[in-house]
Amino acid sequence: MIGFFEQTINGLVNGGFYAMLALGLAVIFGMLGVVNFAHGAFYMLGAYGAYIALHAAGLSYWWSLAIVPLVLFAVGMIFERTLVARLARLDPLYNFLLTFGVTLVLQDAVSWHFGPTASPYKLPSGLTGAISIGSFVFPTYRLFVFGVALLCCVAAWWALARTRVGMVIRAATERPDLTKALGVNVGRWVTPVFGFGIALAGLAGVLAAPMQAVTPLMGADLIIVVFAVVVIGGLGSIVGSVLTGFGLGVLSSWAQAYAPAIVAQLLVFVLMAVVLLARPSGLFGHQEAAI
Amino acid sequence: MTLYQRYGRWAILLVGAVAALALPRVLYPPVALDIAAWALLAVAVDLLLGYVGLLSFGHAAFWGSSAYTAGLVAAKTGAPFPVAVVAGVIVSAVIAVPIGYLAVRRTGIYFAMVTLAFAQMIYFLANQLDGLTGGDNGLQDVPRTLPGVDLSDPYYFYYWMAPLVALGLFLAWRIVHSPFGRVLVAIRDNPTRARSLGYPVHRYKIAAFVLSAALAGLGGGLYAMSHQFVTLDTLRWTTSGQAVVLVVLGGIGTLWGAVVAAGLTLRLQDYLSLQHFAAPNLILGALFALVVLVFRRGIWGTVSDLLRQRQPADPAAPSRIDPAAMPPSAV
Repeated sequence: MIGFFEQTINGLVNGGFYAMLALGLAVIFGMLGVVNFAHGAFYMLGAYGAYIALHAAGLSYWWSLAIVPLVLFAVGMIFERTLVARLARLDPLYNFLLTFGVTLVLQDAVSWHFGPTASPYKLPSGLTGAISIGSFVFPTYRLFVFGVALLCCVAAWWALARTRVGMVIRAATERPDLTKALGVNVGRWVTPVFGFGIALAGLAGVLAAPMQAVTPLMGADLIIVVFAVVVIGGLGSIVGSVLTGFGLGVLSSWAQAYAPAIVAQLLVFVLMAVVLLARPSGLFGHQEAAI
Repeated sequence: MTLYQRYGRWAILLVGAVAALALPRVLYPPVALDIAAWALLAVAVDLLLGYVGLLSFGHAAFWGSSAYTAGLVAAKTGAPFPVAVVAGVIVSAVIAVPIGYLAVRRTGIYFAMVTLAFAQMIYFLANQLDGLTGGDNGLQDVPRTLPGVDLSDPYYFYYWMAPLVALGLFLAWRIVHSPFGRVLVAIRDNPTRARSLGYPVHRYKIAAFVLSAALAGLGGGLYAMSHQFVTLDTLRWTTSGQAVVLVVLGGIGTLWGAVVAAGLTLRLQDYLSLQHFAAPNLILGALFALVVLVFRRGIWGTVSDLLRQRQPADPAAPSRIDPAAMPPSAV
């Protein structure tokens, strides 16, 4: 029973990463209709950002946690303004291709400078060790990651559902033309929302740095699973993508503990196949025109 | 009628044939082998993207599973190399049926994500089935045989494999210019209308997907034969990505553009690796992004526009993702 509880928390930690990346993908998709292939690369940059901050500037983990997402927020906005916006009126596939090209550049640039092997990043002091409640023992850092991921997702939900800015973004997502016709300057929010999505990926990267191998390809491996997650959840719903992220994290963790390795690795993809059969638009997605 | 319009097709065919025959003389023969195999993969991806409007980011699944099948058949039975390659083609076509059936339920970006995810699933599967695939070690020492012929020299093997490559490219061209291909273009341009005219859109898409996968499988099987080993890299997402890069560099919906791009790109990658340059994708990715941003018609499209003296492209074949629809300055 204790083991089951630990596996569940573990799954929520991994699901937190899925959820943060899926949330970023969903807000960007909602606002621009674009799926950002480079999301995994920005996650990787977040982890390397923490590494650089520590080794080049001597900034502790806590500073990284604040600074790296801010830097990536700016990077994301510049990226959107200079490149993504140029393709905004074309088929969204072009932006998918563009962000794929950017992924190749970022990965190889990082790999060139830091090498393809893992760059070490130590656990921050204060979050080492484990928390034990009775016979339940769990690493402190993982609980911290889960807490931050949950906080981010709840804050994003609150911002979108309860604030005026969120209202504008939701309206622009659902009916961009009508929102514009009502006098709302939708274009003004596109760039910050893109930056926000990238910042979220960067924050996830900082969180991942002490607990996962920091390598140039860490984002690519993750983003493909996250793509499966958003196909399952449907990108149309922000809450849906977050819930799917956490849910699949937990399911994968259970499968890792109680099923053969092959089942655990294939689970997300098999679930994707089932969802495509039963509900092609995704669990929380809107129905596409049936063709 | 300009000179180009009258004789252009034959001139291109002649230049292409001469270039293909001269390739292993001009280049290091193993690079020529790679170019031929990758050209098939790129043409397979272009068949879907250019003529059905479906961006597959998962063709590594078919390339790699054919490579493993061909490698295993050749290693376990000692079959001649064309037999091993055909076995690979069959397996990739069979795998493509369920993947295609599921993937065509989505379109656009979702289709790309779905194919990418399924290809990753095949990758994990191959990694887990290490008794069969050799896991991280891959398949080593795959024999490449043909009764009565010595194929050990890559230079000679190129000319033995060239007919299969030519056959694959011819089939792609034939598919595009058949009534079936015309229906695919109609589906790409207006699926609702094609459906209302009575065409079963999903079935056409699945058929195109399976044909494309078989073509990718032909490339993958030949790739295994030319390298004489198979690694998990053949199933990795980077392989799918490279195929997409080749298609876009060459020009979406041009078929031969992908072949030209395969030649130029593999030559560039070979050059960079000889220079011990550790970040080839830095250059390739930047070139790719530049093409997507500015030269969306790719190498083939841009050059043929120039040759046609800027006449509009064949109105019968507009791309659904229409590269010429909007100049970047209009945004």
